[in-house]
Amino acid sequence: MGSGRWTASMIGGVVLGLGLVAVAVVAPIALAGPAAQLSGDAGQGPGPEHLLGTDNLGRDNLARALVATRLTLLMTTATTVVAVVGGIVVGVGIWLSGPRVRKVALRLLETAVAYPSLVFALVIAAILRPGVVSSVVAIGVAGIPSFARLTANLAAKISTSDYVTTARLLGVPTWAIAVRHTLPNMAEPLLILATTVFALSMVELSALSFIGLGVQSPSYDFGLLLNESLTQIYTQPTSVVGPSIMIVLTGLAVMLLGDALAARANPRGVRPAVRRPSAPAVVPVPADDGALVRVGNLRVGVPGGPELVRGVSFTIEPGEVVALVGESGSGKSLTAMSVAGLQSEELEMHADVLRVGELNMLGQPDAGRLGREIAVVYQDPGSTFNPSLRMGVQLTEVLRSHLGMGSGRARKLVTEALARVNISEPAQRLRQHPHKLSGGMRQRCMIATTMVTTPKLIVADEPTTALDVTVQHEVLRQFRRIHREQGTAMLFISHDLGVVEALCDRILVMKEGEIVERLTPDRLRSRDVHHPYTKALMEAVPVVDVAPLQGSA
Amino acid sequence: MTATLETRGLHVSFGRTPVLRDVNVTVPAHTAVGLVGESGSGKSTLGKTVVGINTPRQGQVLVHGEDVFAVSRRRRAAMRRQVQYIPQDPFSSLSPRRTVGQTLAEALDPVRARPADHEEAIVHALEQVRLDAGAMRKYPHQFSGGQRQRIAIARALVVQPRLVIADEITSALDVSVQAEIVALLRSLERTMEASLLFISHNLAVVQALCEHVVVMYRGAIVEQGRVDDVYRDPKHDYTRTLLASVPGSEGFHLD
Amino acid sequence: MTSVRERPWVRFGLQRLGGLLLSFAVLVAVTFVIVPLIPGDPAVAVAGLEADGAEIARIRQELGLDQPLHVQFLDYVGGLLTLDLGTSFASGQDVATVILARLPFTAELALFAITLVLVISVPAGMFVAFLTHGGRRPWLDHLFNVVTSLVYAVPQYVMATMLVVVFAVGLGWFPAAGAETVSSLVLPTLALMLLPTCVVSRVVRRETAVVLDQDYIRTARGWRIGRLRLFGRYVLPNVITTTLTLSGLILAAQLGGAVVIETVFAFPGLGQGIVEAILSRDYPVIRGTILVLGLMATLILVVVDVILAVIDPRSMEDDHG
Repeated sequence: MGSGRWTASMIGGVVLGLGLVAVAVVAPIALAGPAAQLSGDAGQGPGPEHLLGTDNLGRDNLARALVATRLTLLMTTATTVVAVVGGIVVGVGIWLSGPRVRKVALRLLETAVAYPSLVFALVIAAILRPGVVSSVVAIGVAGIPSFARLTANLAAKISTSDYVTTARLLGVPTWAIAVRHTLPNMAEPLLILATTVFALSMVELSALSFIGLGVQSPSYDFGLLLNESLTQIYTQPTSVVGPSIMIVLTGLAVMLLGDALAARANPRGVRPAVRRPSAPAVVPVPADDGALVRVGNLRVGVPGGPELVRGVSFTIEPGEVVALVGESGSGKSLTAMSVAGLQSEELEMHADVLRVGELNMLGQPDAGRLGREIAVVYQDPGSTFNPSLRMGVQLTEVLRSHLGMGSGRARKLVTEALARVNISEPAQRLRQHPHKLSGGMRQRCMIATTMVTTPKLIVADEPTTALDVTVQHEVLRQFRRIHREQGTAMLFISHDLGVVEALCDRILVMKEGEIVERLTPDRLRSRDVHHPYTKALMEAVPVVDVAPLQGSA
Repeated sequence: MTATLETRGLHVSFGRTPVLRDVNVTVPAHTAVGLVGESGSGKSTLGKTVVGINTPRQGQVLVHGEDVFAVSRRRRAAMRRQVQYIPQDPFSSLSPRRTVGQTLAEALDPVRARPADHEEAIVHALEQVRLDAGAMRKYPHQFSGGQRQRIAIARALVVQPRLVIADEITSALDVSVQAEIVALLRSLERTMEASLLFISHNLAVVQALCEHVVVMYRGAIVEQGRVDDVYRDPKHDYTRTLLASVPGSEGFHLD
Repeated sequence: MTSVRERPWVRFGLQRLGGLLLSFAVLVAVTFVIVPLIPGDPAVAVAGLEADGAEIARIRQELGLDQPLHVQFLDYVGGLLTLDLGTSFASGQDVATVILARLPFTAELALFAITLVLVISVPAGMFVAFLTHGGRRPWLDHLFNVVTSLVYAVPQYVMATMLVVVFAVGLGWFPAAGAETVSSLVLPTLALMLLPTCVVSRVVRRETAVVLDQDYIRTARGWRIGRLRLFGRYVLPNVITTTLTLSGLILAAQLGGAVVIETVFAFPGLGQGIVEAILSRDYPVIRGTILVLGLMATLILVVVDVILAVIDPRSMEDDHG
């Protein structure tokens, strides 16, 4: 379960937590005297004898705050147990019951969760007489709905997972699914949530005592101490310090522990951004260099970590279609994104040359020129367009932002382009949100906009991977069409040798961050490849064989 | 010889939307049948209906000649075990908190699920998918995607089913890993007693693996037959379009 | 075309109405059972152990305890329909009058706090997310985390007490109690808003970070849109939906906070009222106040739902369950 490394917050949480438990155990024994003794010196300010002064009956404020730790922690633990156990029982129960009951129960839970739990606790406090047990019951029961909902959500997620479905099909009884699959897989998130419940319970129990509906004198917890100190706030302002600090420390300890647990369960690898050396935005192109794109010795890597692209060099001539082929982790997308100037800021990037036209992609070229000269088409898993904006706004973005067109003209041009890539009712489509269009349509829309912006280079990163074969066919035709009609150069990323063979002029095979073989479609077609990886890749892809039988039957 | 699986006039709808319309499929004994079609064609729904994840509105599912819906609950549960289902995603098909041995033991004995009781069968199943016996005590996160898919295959095989339904099991994998799985399935076909219903959108993989193919389009079957016959001489327009869309095939043109 | 567009609104309206009725039914049921659930004889509990038989009989009649349970319930519901919430034991006043006198104070306090929370935390959260995205400015990331965690660890009543000690007792800038002047609203509002401001700005920051990592933002970057436009046009609408959903719940929970805060500042709102009522076992007032607080919570959530539907029509299509 993650690494066993101790982070600062984890150490802080454990130390604070253990300290508080120690206080809870020791203080009521060691400080029983000063905490309960009615001395003559009532209402004293802070002094050497009483660090935080005394209350109106002459009892030591600090001692009382420390002694109160035991009752507060005990009550909070009991409350947490009530809320968590109750929540798990209700949550799992809902998930185990039939679909009708489940629907109604979830609806009721939603309603219950919407009410402030403290108000709900007040209802219970109104029924029972104020006191230790009724506080625990009130806050604990009030916490059940939200924990039940979290449990039910987790259980629902797990019970629709493939492994539970498979277990069901195998005839595993429901109780066994709950015990073997649901509960173990919920344990970790539930533990983290339980720390939150603990912190909230402490806060709410103290709140209940604070408003006078919880613990009753002569017992006392943090909340009641704070309440008592409030009555003498003008005469004895230091008396609020003890309970306040104890409440905050307890909350902090639990929060740190919860954060540490969550971080262990779910390490979030945020790497710091890399400050790139400044470089000119534009580089002169030598007269004898006719290439549109020149990449020389490109290296991309995690700072202080592995290098993911290791010295890649290639060129793209104007109007040429070049393919980068490889499997996941080969570095093909990183290479393409470096060429497009869209590399992640967390990665280090070096190159001898990296230019598109005269734009230096190692520097910070003008956004307008980048937008006009390089178009990017991504894979479409259904999320390439902003779900809350209509297609029209997004498809005309480059025209309006970088080509200075008005909205009307831009829409008109895009509408025409959509019609050219065989999209029905193009004007209508511009008024729709992305989710109303199919994946193939969205991809053709993306291509259509590049017909209008006429970039010099299109960088296409697995543009047909998420599509069905017939749709892929249509999308590839549109790429070919742009190339034919406008002579646009392309850098085409794919893992599919068949696709690149049909579309591209040159094919670069990448493996582990390096180009291992440079091919032409003809050589690929005649299987004239040399590098063992290319051979393996070619053999790995079965080819549909529809050739007539050649005697061998 | 009785077919391993036969569906008769199967209709399935989600709400008011029909997903399967009058589907009649036959999987003969000891045969691998490919089920091809594009997204939304209903091929996955058909697989899920056969194993009982979806319920048909109308029609029959016969396993080895017996109607699954016409028998007693007890009998149906026994019949269900003869049809094993392998889902697409190897990362969600294995419970992260159970060892491989426990997962396989649960398939053999759903109630007690103790690996120690079935060590021999489990080791044998793991050997079939070319994993060593030590895998038994490991957890899914210790394996790669391709290895997990093998474990899922082992879980299906360990109960010695009559029919294995593999639902796009190579689609989430890299091509070289996909090739390994295809090679494994090919070698298993030779030794295995069970029939295979291989659901895929990849026509080439189906050709490499299956004798028969069923082509689905918009919830209906448009064509079925021997793979070589269908691919060489498709009768239906949709099959033709589908075949011509595969890069490298004869009808594939971009201009 | 129009009918297709209208239908989701009709369905949405009906669903929300259904939800509202359900919430109300739950509220009525919960407030009703308070009295029958009191252990022992509720009338004795209310009257106190030293009360004589006549007094107990009077209270029993007042609460309708001499009737069978279903009659009590019908009486209760009937009373609600005619806005008759009964008579306060303590003051002998009509409960509706008692509540109406207190309601404006709580509403004012909650409204001030909610507005300030949203106005501050939404831009703050987005700004921090934007500035720290992709591992930039790690110091700001840490600062934000530390400050929000610290404030988060301080419960509202402790915060309120500290504010009183510093600004009322120490500096004497604002009154420590009451609700007579505008300045007496400052400390309660501050005490009520600080914690949710931290919670909501953390939520907003997290949501913004999530949105910034989405494919469609990558697409928009590919179009080389300026940062300001990217932020306003492409990020904001997607952050708002999730933020509002979560904020709705957080803000409804602030009604509970208001109950406690009012006690600190002797603020004559519903919170203080219900605490007094519980202490004096004034059941008609308890029932009425909880009903009103519950309705306010429901109302906040309905308003959030409607705002969401207006901003993002797709949210109407998501059904519960």
